[in-house]
Order: sequence, then C-alpha cells, then structure tokens
Amino acid sequence: MMKFSAFRILKEGLPGNKGWTPHWRNPDPKPAYDAIIIGGGGHGLSTAYYLAKNHGFTNIAVLEKGWLGGGNIGRNTTIVRANYFLPGNSEFYSHSLKLWENLEQELNYNAMLSQRGILSLLHSDGQFYTAARRGNSMLIQGDDARLIHRDELREMVPYLDYEQSRFPIKGALFHPRGGTARHDAVAWGYARGADQRGVDLIQNCEVTGIDIENGKVTGVQTTRGTIKAPKVAIVVAGRSSQVAAMAGMRLPIETHVLQAFVTEGLKPIVDHVISFGMGHFYISQSDKGGLVFGGDLDFYASYAQRGNLPTVEEVMRAGMTLMPALGKAKVLRSWGGVMDMSADGSPVIDKTQTKGLFLNCGWCYGGFKAVPASGVATAHLMATGRHHQMADMYRLDRFQTGYRLMDEEASGSQHNLH
Amino acid sequence: MRIRCPLCGERDRREYYYQGDALALNRPDADTSDHEWDDYVHNRINPVGQTRDLWQHSGGCGAWLIVSRDTVSHEVFSVELAKARQEGTQ
Ligand SMILES: Cc1cc2nc3c(=O)[nH]c(=O)nc-3n(C[C@H](O)[C@H](O)[C@H](O)COP(=O)(O)OP(=O)(O)OC[C@H]3O[C@@H](n4cnc5c(N)ncnc54)[C@H](O)[C@@H]3O)c2cc1C
Ligand SMILES: [Zn+2]
Repeated sequence: MMKFSAFRILKEGLPGNKGWTPHWRNPDPKPAYDAIIIGGGGHGLSTAYYLAKNHGFTNIAVLEKGWLGGGNIGRNTTIVRANYFLPGNSEFYSHSLKLWENLEQELNYNAMLSQRGILSLLHSDGQFYTAARRGNSMLIQGDDARLIHRDELREMVPYLDYEQSRFPIKGALFHPRGGTARHDAVAWGYARGADQRGVDLIQNCEVTGIDIENGKVTGVQTTRGTIKAPKVAIVVAGRSSQVAAMAGMRLPIETHVLQAFVTEGLKPIVDHVISFGMGHFYISQSDKGGLVFGGDLDFYASYAQRGNLPTVEEVMRAGMTLMPALGKAKVLRSWGGVMDMSADGSPVIDKTQTKGLFLNCGWCYGGFKAVPASGVATAHLMATGRHHQMADMYRLDRFQTGYRLMDEEASGSQHNLH
Repeated sequence: MRIRCPLCGERDRREYYYQGDALALNRPDADTSDHEWDDYVHNRINPVGQTRDLWQHSGGCGAWLIVSRDTVSHEVFSVELAKARQEGTQ
C-alpha cells in the first residue's frame, strides 16, 4: 500500500508522477457480508472505516449508487466547527472537531484542515447577550470562543461594510479552532483507509429494496443483485426517506436544496470563515483563491440538485450588503445539493424497529463537520448495539415522545426552517 | 418556478411562502395517539416526483393554496384554494 509523505512526493515527481496507483480497489459485490452500509458519502465511508479500524469488521461493503463522493460530501462549503449550544449536539460536535484535528495523521491523507477561525457577526446588544451565552457553553464544553468588539474586528476583517444601514456590524463571536477542510479529500481519505482494511467499496450499485424476515434484516436488493448481510445501515443523506421507505418507515425528514457559489481565484482577502446570520450568508476563501459562499435553502421540498434564481439573487444581495468588494469578483460556478432536513434540525443515529437495520440521517446542511464523529458513533452502534456516549441523544423516538428534541435555532418543527 | 394563484393569476415563486406537506390540513384530534401526532407534526413521505404542499400567497392575496408539483422538475400541475378544499366545495 502506498504511503504518502513529502519524500514520496519528491520521489514520484522526479519520473513525472507516473508511479502513482489507484487509491482503492473497484471490486464486484460478494453474495454476502457481515455488514452493509448503503451510501458512499462522507458518513457512509467514515462508518465503514471505523467499523474496520475500531471494531475489526473487515468483511463489509459500502454500496454507492453513483460514484464515491458524488453526493453532498463533494458539494458542501467545507466548514467545520464546534459552536453548538444544546446538550446532545454540543458534545458530539466537540468530539468531531477533535477527530478532525488528528484526521490527517489518522488517515495519512491530506484533508487540508485549515483552522482559520470562524467569525459569527453580531449587530445588536441582544445578539451580544445570546452570543455570550453560546460562547460560555462552548467554553464549558472545552472548546474555544471569544467575544470580539467592533474595533478589534475591524482590524481583523477591514473589508466588511460596518456602516450598512440595515445591520451595522457591532462585533462577532470568534471560534478560533473552527475552519475549513478539503471536502473531496475527506471522502477519499476515508475510502482509501477503509479499502486498505479490506472493506469493499462498490460503486454504481443502487439499493432498490431491503430484505426483512421476521422483523430482522437479511440483506438488500441492488441493481447488481441480491447481497446478504445481518446488519445494514442506511446512510444516504438527502435520499433517506426513499431508502427508509424500503423498510416500511416514514422519517421526520423533508429534502431541500441548498446552493453554493464560488468565484474565480483571487489573491488572499478572506482569511477566516465569516458568517453573517442576519443576511443568511457566509463566506470563506479556498486555498485556490476562490471565494466560496452560500446562503439559505431554496425553501421548498426538492430533489433537483440544482437551485433556482430567487435564492441566487438573495445570496448575492446579502453578500453585497456585507462586503461590497464582492461585486468585483466573477462567479465561476453555482451548484446545489439535496439536504435531509430533520424536523428539529438535528440528526439521527439510531437502531430501527427492524433488527439489524440502522439509521444515520437528518444532517441538514451541517453534516460535513460531523463526518468523523458520525462514523465513529454509527460504527460503534452497529458493532456493539449500544449508542456511543457522545451521540447518545440522536434518537429517532425523540420526535414521538417530544423528549429532548434538539432545535438549536428554536424555530419549531418545520423542516425548512432549521 | 411560477405558481398560478386561483385568485390573482400566475406569479413568481417569490410571492409565496412555503409551509410544507399539505397533510398540515389534516390535523388529528387532540386525544389521538402519540404515534399519529408524530406522523402529523414530523414524519413525511417526502416523495421524489409528485407532491402536494401548502403555500401561502403572502405577497399577494394572502390565500393558502394546495400546490401539486414535481419535486425533481419543479413543474406545477395544479393549484387550488385550501379553503375550498376544507369546505368541501371542490
Ligand atoms: C451547498 C452545500 C453546502 C454545505 N455546507 C456545509 C458546511 O459548510 N459544513 C457542514 O458541516 N456541512 C455542510 N453541508 C452539509 C453536508 O454536505 C451534508 O450534511 C453531508 O455531506 C451529508 O452526509 P454524506 O456526506 O454522507 O452525504 P452524501 O455525500 O450525499 O452521501 C449519500 C450517498 O448516498 C448515496 N445513495 C443515495 N441513495 C442510494 C441508494 N438507494 N443506494 C445506494 N446509494 C445511495 C448517494 O448517491 C450519495 O453518494 C453542505 C451541503 C451543501 C449541499
Ligand atoms: Zn393570490
């Protein structure tokens, strides 16, 4: 197996980079496995990796209907952070950020984690109070947070329009350990790590049915035939409702499109991740120089994987309000991904009524940062039958009992408002 | 996407507020089971393809509408007044 290092890059570079080999095999499905993971996105791949690494499950497969990393894992705006407030989310994302900080060593893969810091802008006294409360809860969780007032913020990010009439900027909540990572590399790193440990990554293999006998899962139907397994996990993000329906379930999920945008490459200007909540806008700059930004959902249930113009206009408008210089940049591309919006805005990692069938869904537009911890937690649940401590509250029955719903934004049980 | 309000005619999607699945109109009885309330408040079929959802013409006449449309192509098939449906006149 090929190990990456600076020396290796030199050695391969000299003969013209002709010696590199594929990072993973492309096997055909076997008739049976010890466990199957449906969905080769970030969460499916990390689940497979940790099942193999932490629990010794090596006779397992990831079934992906398209190609690895073609879903949301390759479409997101790559922000990682641990600035959640509610118990349940707080410890989970805190754990995930710690895993991010060691991910490249763990995977021997350059995930380009860049802890450039996240600034969440504040515009009023009231917002300062709530930000102080959130910041304190982050500190109690063991993460970092600092309130920044206008003068200091102005030195850090001088290019914002501080005097705009609608939302004059008064300060920010700073989360220094937050930042970005290279989304594709995360998928590829986990894929390579899982493959190395014997996991079969099977592409162009759509799951079309889930086989259940006497309340127990026995395998799946796919476009490449029947595959048997006593344990199956549904990890398909925006397609969760369809795959869960194959097992007779109806989920607290509605699928919505989220768009993002990138400009031509520019010289470094945006050194942090800036979140302008009041304008539903956020921006960072990729290492290639493109300004990467986005806003809200398109707001109605959709599987289109592309966006509509009203949201494009709204995002551009908010960007121009915040940072007028943005108007000089040319937008290179825009795209959309389908989000599994849960009714309380928080995810589910749980067993189901069907024995051996597990569910990982409801990541909304925040599931990239969750990829490492979600893999650890889902693998732990599949292998041991017990919930991992840091993901213990991601239960499906919270929607029925109403106990411990995790509505971070206190927006109520409407799927598109989170 | 454009939606034809039965009262105002065809208008841009921006004039409308999206509420969610039209099952919101079938509110269960207060003493029905937790399970049915869960289905009403949270659980959705969330179809790929034809769906029925509830929109309000908030930037127009204010009427609540039941819109039948496609979640992949965004084609709108039909629009009716929620009020008419609830009063059983349609
Ligand atoms: C524009 C945009 C910006 C975002 N920004 C951020 C951000 O800044 N920070 C953050 O934390 N999160 C962000 N997200 C959210 C994040 O990308 C998702 O929550 C996360 O990637 C979802 O998990 P996943 O990677 O497993 O999903 P996916 O990559 O979508 O994986 C699911 C896979 O399942 C496969 N599948 C579906 N049905 C079947 C089937 N029947 N059989 C086999 N395979 C199937 C799909 O093909 C897909 O590859 C963003 C999302 C978008 C779209
Ligand atoms: Zn009208």
